[in-house]
Amino acid sequence: MTAPVLDIRGLSISYGTEAGALKALRDVDLEVGEGSIIGIVGESGCGKSTLISAIIRLLAPNAQIVQGAVNFKGRDLLGLSSEQMRALRGDEISMVFQDPMTSLNPTLTIGRQMSDVQHRSTVSRSEKNACSVMMLERVGIPDPEAQLKRYPHHLSGGMRQRVAIAMALMAEPSLLIADEPTTALDATLEVQIIHRLKELQREFGCSILFISHHLGVIAELCEEVIVMYAGEVVESGPLREVFIDPKHPYTRKLLECDPARIAEPTRELPVIEGSLPNLVNLPDGCIFKDRCSKAEARCGIEPPKMSGDGHRAACHLLDHFQETSP
Amino acid sequence: MLRFIVRRGLLSLLILFLAVSLMFGMIHMVPGDPATVMLGPKATPEMKAEFSRRLGLDQPLAVQLGRFYAGLARGDLGEDPFTNREVTVIVWEQLPYTLVLVLVAIGGASLLGIPLGCFSAIRRNSLLDRLTAVMSVAFIAIPSFVVALYLLLWLAVKWRWFPAMGAGESGNLADQAHHLVLPAIALGLGWVGYIARMVRASMLEVMEENHIRTARAFGLPERTVIVHYALRIAMLPTVTILGMGIGTMLSGALFAEIVFSRPGIGKLLYEAVLTRNYPIVMGSVLVTTGFFVLSTLASDIINAMLDPRLRERQGSGE
Repeated sequence: MTAPVLDIRGLSISYGTEAGALKALRDVDLEVGEGSIIGIVGESGCGKSTLISAIIRLLAPNAQIVQGAVNFKGRDLLGLSSEQMRALRGDEISMVFQDPMTSLNPTLTIGRQMSDVQHRSTVSRSEKNACSVMMLERVGIPDPEAQLKRYPHHLSGGMRQRVAIAMALMAEPSLLIADEPTTALDATLEVQIIHRLKELQREFGCSILFISHHLGVIAELCEEVIVMYAGEVVESGPLREVFIDPKHPYTRKLLECDPARIAEPTRELPVIEGSLPNLVNLPDGCIFKDRCSKAEARCGIEPPKMSGDGHRAACHLLDHFQETSP
Repeated sequence: MLRFIVRRGLLSLLILFLAVSLMFGMIHMVPGDPATVMLGPKATPEMKAEFSRRLGLDQPLAVQLGRFYAGLARGDLGEDPFTNREVTVIVWEQLPYTLVLVLVAIGGASLLGIPLGCFSAIRRNSLLDRLTAVMSVAFIAIPSFVVALYLLLWLAVKWRWFPAMGAGESGNLADQAHHLVLPAIALGLGWVGYIARMVRASMLEVMEENHIRTARAFGLPERTVIVHYALRIAMLPTVTILGMGIGTMLSGALFAEIVFSRPGIGKLLYEAVLTRNYPIVMGSVLVTTGFFVLSTLASDIINAMLDPRLRERQGSGE
């Protein structure tokens, strides 16, 4: 296997709050291989957004990188100056954001925004426009020339997200980070966008880090999946293994709660009881113990470490779950 | 866009008509018979009647108003009963002084206030931000005539950097500019802070928006992000305020014009009201109202140029 495009080791990030340091990310490891599609799944507040903000170094001013390393193609991103980092953004690392309704500037035309994205290119404006038209065509937007003169509010959500994807792929990045790009879209559009993204990934050969809380989308798109809970990675591995044979109790519950997987119509959808732990005053031991039905005494004392080969999970009771799994 | 301008233009005419009619009614409510005020206490009833007849003041208000508009349609605002000069000529003589003063005051305030507000928003809580905040509130709170008096006292009388009175020698641009400095500062100083606060508040709001994060995620130079992506949107409310500001300043220029003994519409109006010189009052009110309507119209057009959503919404008549 070639060296990973993105290699994150032991990344911990805290936010300064009035109550104290909110430990939003703790000791996160993540590897994105060349040309691979990695999914990150987890509920709101699990640290997904903090993680991607850290990668592109657009963290909130009160965020502090406590420790860890973010390696991108052999360069330590955390050690770069902000100018060096800016040079990478939109060039080697691109982003597609969650809400297409607000992620484009409402007062500038699509054409203007797409040519602004090519700010590193020295070609003329008309050549930039030609590039934009070509990219819009590739993401499946009809009549691309006409779209350049239009404003974001003229376009539907699905079209805007295609524009956003076209902008992100413009510089042929090595890494595309997609932060819940389909969450704001309806289901049929979601499928279309996902398929388009997969096709484009094959064409461009870039790696994709895909963040979602939608398990179906992750299953459709990704080869590997990372499950995050309350700022920690609790399970990671090849998609099929994690989805068919989840090891961490949180992953199991997450899969149980996926409406798409519930065969029988029920009056009440299953939920994971309890709520996220307080990230300012972290509890001792396992982060998930309060919501875990199988928690034992040792879960409250010692935090579990990630263990396993390829398919890894952080749980004291791995063997126990192994036996009871179907 | 054209449709938008036509619609706004018609609306402006209506506003102008209402404002002028209202003013016409109001000055007739001011106690004191113009004939008595103008001709003095020794005038005989016959002289007063003759004077009122000449000015058309013996007619019912509606007829007077009708005559006024009929004259207006011909471009005739009547004559000054004192000098028998045409009101339009008098007003047009005075107007440039006020207009230049107001434009220089608000232009200077914008040139200072917009970058200050921008900088305060970007370097939030920095020394400059805090300093601007304190100064803004202070200068907004102090009335402009107080500022004018102190400027006069120090810069003109004590240090003699600037002339204290008048508008300067006609034809001598440098001298006129020199005379313009103090009144413009007196009039515009409060606006610097006001504009800075407005721009700062809307910049802070806009900089939080998702599309700014997108622009940054594409590595756009921070200058482009701030000027083209954020300021463009943040300027919208400020442009509206500036449009109205120019309008209110036209009448607010009165203070500066009196303190610095400058000619201008404000001073003309002030003196006309004191002497119940109705034709002059109406002429100056018409012109200031006209410019108020014009400047708000201009601000609406600028906003529509900045924001396509505004343009379409107003253009489609929603």
